Amino acid sequence: MTPKKKGSSAKEQDPAMVRVDRSADAGKVDQSTPLVPIIRTEDLSVSYGDFQAVEDVNLDFGKNEITALIGPSGCGKSTVLRSLNRMNDLIPTARVSGSVHYHGADLYSEKIDPIQVRRHIGMVFQKPNPFPKSIYDNIAYGPRVTDMKVDNMDDHVEQTLRRAALWDEVKDKLKNSAIGLSGGQQQRLCIARAIATNPDVLLMDEPCSALDPVATLRIEELMIELRENYSIIIVTHNMQQAARVSDRTAFFTVSIDEDSGDRTGRLVEFGATSHIFIDPSDKRTEDYISGRFG
Amino acid sequence: MATSKRTTMAVDAAKATTQKLYKSGVDIKGELFRAVLLLSIIVAVGMLGSLIAYVIWRGWDRLDWNLFVNNPSSIFLDTAGFAPAIVGTIYVMLGVLVTVVPIGVSAAIYLEEYADRTRWYNRLVEVNIQNLAAVPSIVFGILGLAFVVRGWLNLGFVAFAGSLTLAMMVLPTVIIASREAIRAVPPLIRQASYGLGATRWQTIRHNVLPAATPGIITGTILAMSRAIGETAPLLLVGATTFVLFTPESPFEGAYSAIPVQIFQWAARPQDEFRILAAAGAIVLLVLLLAMNSVAIWIRARLTKDT
Repeated sequence: MTPKKKGSSAKEQDPAMVRVDRSADAGKVDQSTPLVPIIRTEDLSVSYGDFQAVEDVNLDFGKNEITALIGPSGCGKSTVLRSLNRMNDLIPTARVSGSVHYHGADLYSEKIDPIQVRRHIGMVFQKPNPFPKSIYDNIAYGPRVTDMKVDNMDDHVEQTLRRAALWDEVKDKLKNSAIGLSGGQQQRLCIARAIATNPDVLLMDEPCSALDPVATLRIEELMIELRENYSIIIVTHNMQQAARVSDRTAFFTVSIDEDSGDRTGRLVEFGATSHIFIDPSDKRTEDYISGRFG
Repeated sequence: MATSKRTTMAVDAAKATTQKLYKSGVDIKGELFRAVLLLSIIVAVGMLGSLIAYVIWRGWDRLDWNLFVNNPSSIFLDTAGFAPAIVGTIYVMLGVLVTVVPIGVSAAIYLEEYADRTRWYNRLVEVNIQNLAAVPSIVFGILGLAFVVRGWLNLGFVAFAGSLTLAMMVLPTVIIASREAIRAVPPLIRQASYGLGATRWQTIRHNVLPAATPGIITGTILAMSRAIGETAPLLLVGATTFVLFTPESPFEGAYSAIPVQIFQWAARPQDEFRILAAAGAIVLLVLLLAMNSVAIWIRARLTKDT
């Protein structure tokens, strides 16, 4: 299957797929809050070699909101997440078409430096991955490599750790290796590390899947606190988590081509989390959420 | 109290299960396999041990101060020494170290982090590095004679010419070991660094190289150990068998090396020379052990930090 060209999506879209009218649906919990987009994707398609991972994604991610991307394995939600800060560039076979708008720029335009993109759109990964360095150096790494103007690095590290609600636990062992922390602490350190460069968007790829329920709860509380200052996009397999923390939810699924058997990820429905979880417009969303498939 | 039939059956069943948990005889195949493994170790260590023991037994009497400070002599057999060869070997090895590590590690970084493996020239380089590791050392000697001693570099018969020749020989070892070490750095660490807006060079400099250093040091130890014992290529690039003075520097003057000197003395008929050769072998072994100990110490310090 070849990636579709920009603009051809409307005609070729699966007629069975019911798209949510965003103007009617846009809203937080009460479905009336207007969405102020910080990132907008237009006909975003990503392929790896011959494999079309995800096709024609049109999504608006709200400023100072938490957007959850949910769906069964292989639906392309992680791929979409990684294309928002050009992490897919690290995979040599990955090809992206369509556009991702951020602050008036198309992140996939020739003129864009992917390094600068990642300095503004931070990322937290599935498995806690602190550097095998001290806690202090983990936080200071981002500001150092990006030549960020920091008056006093000690203060910056402290403020960052406070914002990530980790300061009290680590203030006496800043020089110790981050590898000695518990899994949950490591993941909160990774979140702190990501916000140390003052990004305005945080991408989180299943950040709690390797953590126990208590650590998960702490991360969720932290996300809700961080929403004040950051826009968060989270991929999760845990639907309770999406329901608990997110303002809006995008549901993806795998569509299988009847002739070729190719599997491609597609966006099914996007809307306020309350709407998606209580009164989804699409049958597939309802089936997934109620546990009938996926 | 009378025990019912049911209780008896239950107790019997439990007993039968317990019985199965006890060891039943000896696992012959397993024990046999273990014996074979143990035998292999004994053969390997035994051969090495007896070699070392023999050399020490033969050379012990001449392991005196003269060995280290005197020049070789065919007249004063009892006081002849290894001084020029020891200095020569140290010069040659330092030269190998300063050339092979930067070049080998840089090549490994390029192949692992930058090279696009779909390009034919990168694949060609990879295949050739694997093959180079298997080229006989004498071929590198000829190469050194043609391009280092004479030809392009025209260094003449000096210690550094020997260094470059040996460096060519062990370069594939260092490249392959460094590549393995770089590849073993978890992709998660790289992603974390890129995700924070680090450039490729920053990621390599601050994360990949520190994590790969212990592996790189291991590869360097192997390479240096192989180089220190080489004789054949050095004979071709001017390590003379009989030097009466220590070389002035790595870049001027005739030089020798311990294995070359051992080779020369071991071939002579007088028993004194054979003993001297054995003593030389001890010096070589001690130098090798000292070199490796330093490297292992550095590696242990680096691994402790992280």
